[in-house]
Amino acid sequence: MAKNAQHWEKTRGLLFVTLAIWAVFSMGIFLFGAEMNEVTGPFGYPLTYWFTCQGSLAIFVILIFWFAGRQEKIDEEFGFSEKGDD
Amino acid sequence: MIKGNFIDNLPKVYGIYTGGFIGFIILMAIGEQMGMTAKAIGICFVGFTIFIYALIGWLSRTAQASNYYVAGRTVPTVFNGMATAADWMSGASFVAMAGGIYFKGYGYMALLVGWTGGYVLVATLLAPYLRKFGCYTVPDFVGTRYGGNTARLMAVIVLTVASFTYVTAQINATGTIAAVALDIPFQYAVYVGLVSILLCSMLGGMRGVTWTQVAQYIVLIIAYLLPVFWISNNIGAGFFPHFMLADEVARIGELEQQFGFVKNSAADLATVPKGLAGITKAHSEVNATPWAFISLALAMMMGTASLPHVMMRFFTTPSVKAARKSVGWSVFFIFLLYSSAPMLATLSKLALIDPNLPTGIIGKSIAEVQAIDWYQNWNQANLMFVSDFNGNGTVELNEFFMGGKAVVLATPEIAGLPYVISGLVAAGGLAAAMSTADGLILAIANAISHDVYYKMVDPKAETAKRLVVARVLLVVIGFAGATIAAMEIQGILGSVIWAFDFAMSGLFWPLVLGVWWKRANKEGAIAGMVLGLVSGFVYLVWVRSGGSGFLGITQLTFGIFGSTVSLVAMVVVSLMTSAPSAATQKMVDDSRVPAGASVIGGQK
Repeated sequence: MAKNAQHWEKTRGLLFVTLAIWAVFSMGIFLFGAEMNEVTGPFGYPLTYWFTCQGSLAIFVILIFWFAGRQEKIDEEFGFSEKGDD
Repeated sequence: MIKGNFIDNLPKVYGIYTGGFIGFIILMAIGEQMGMTAKAIGICFVGFTIFIYALIGWLSRTAQASNYYVAGRTVPTVFNGMATAADWMSGASFVAMAGGIYFKGYGYMALLVGWTGGYVLVATLLAPYLRKFGCYTVPDFVGTRYGGNTARLMAVIVLTVASFTYVTAQINATGTIAAVALDIPFQYAVYVGLVSILLCSMLGGMRGVTWTQVAQYIVLIIAYLLPVFWISNNIGAGFFPHFMLADEVARIGELEQQFGFVKNSAADLATVPKGLAGITKAHSEVNATPWAFISLALAMMMGTASLPHVMMRFFTTPSVKAARKSVGWSVFFIFLLYSSAPMLATLSKLALIDPNLPTGIIGKSIAEVQAIDWYQNWNQANLMFVSDFNGNGTVELNEFFMGGKAVVLATPEIAGLPYVISGLVAAGGLAAAMSTADGLILAIANAISHDVYYKMVDPKAETAKRLVVARVLLVVIGFAGATIAAMEIQGILGSVIWAFDFAMSGLFWPLVLGVWWKRANKEGAIAGMVLGLVSGFVYLVWVRSGGSGFLGITQLTFGIFGSTVSLVAMVVVSLMTSAPSAATQKMVDDSRVPAGASVIGGQK
């Protein structure tokens, strides 16, 4: 059972990191929406505008794939990963 | 027809399908050059795509419960991503999203952030664990984790309330498009739409819906992206709009400064046809308070993670790790459309208001604008309107009105694209509405047939009988939805956003705590679902009947209130009652380990 507890601890750690990044780009940055929009962002769009159109959305896509990869590594480490299929 | 190796052949099958669809578009374009009428092209597009979906639905027919409920758990990650994206993006996303951005700007963009960010919650908190549980439906998870029929029944009720709110809007959208494309009255078109929806799902259940949703995704994404790129090129804004519209966005800001946002008098506004709006908000400026933006985004994110028709898509993957990855693919495919909607809004607005562009109408004389062909068409369709409020004879920014749908529907014509594109857009909108309606109707029917009928009423029922019940329910629920849609009480039932709030009020915490808090028990979950849903509903009624609300929670974000009540109730009641049994706790432990058989035995 100790193995399971360790696995769960690592899994929870990954959850907190992932949710922290999620909270920053889904809510945190928009606390400063007005100020941030004065800055020129990627491709020349106003920064806040860019985040709402593309930035945050793209970060979520990358974040989920990154999370899935990390979680797989954790599962492998403890011998909990599933065999075969993808 | 569909054999075992069908899964291996998927890329080839859908590759051929995509090629065939592009060929069909080219064929229609040639037809247009040779004098095919707009109406004939519309009928061909709608008829052809519905025929394909129905064919897929028929080929996917099945008599096995696991195929019917979870597509045999064989759907590969990328394809499940496409199916989820189609399941997710409704007719409203397709037709109305760009319009919402066009009129409301920043305040509306919270929906884009919320409707993608919610998938981070799905991937991290729920999908892999619910997949490991091995349930058929979301109430199946609630019933198994907490035990007892009351919890299960409550979950079915929350699911039905949320999904039914959502589905009537989708059937309505299907009917609207069918009515225009086939030129029949709306009251009949709704039922034509319904029959097409049922053709996809009735014979094959989840399996049929999965493979039609993939096909529908391909149609809807082509139908959305092709016009955006084409329009961008036609008005000289750049060949890849997503990376190249900074100048256009800046130019709109400049024009807004130049024209100014003149406020119309109430008497003037009364002459504008219902449902049309003028440009009153800055395009790219921050026009909402941080809390207004964040609360709306948060409500949509928690709602996303609680909507059963989305969650059940992740029950169809072959493994837990595939469930995680396929959430990533889902957001990727959603991202393709969502990141294009603001670009379309920008292109549409610039084309209409920039006096330097040949299509711009601001600053032209009223008579000149009223003589434009496309203006006449869309004015007749009740989606465009100009009026000379100040009597100076020219159209000012505050004298031009448009319906939200016009951004998607009319911009291709304004930018001078051939009619074949309008036919394509109709097919795309139909695909978006049908795929979401299918997912929703199936979610409701499956919950009632599996959780109420099989688990509570007649646990000994044979598979054949269960599937008959499931199919009968599918038809009954579909007809109920269509009947309400035909009554056209749009204002009440059109609000897709409410479905998110209802779902998060009742289901978010019982699902999340079911996985992440072992101490959560049956009594707590029931209290959480009942009090969450009821308090959310009461808050909504209160705000709508003139109540002031508190903390800036509006009728669009009432789920924040409902889910907070739900969380508190669930924690307090759980702690006041006894801990769940050892068997239940072991179940939770098992669900946290990806390897091994599913937690619910015997249900594959």
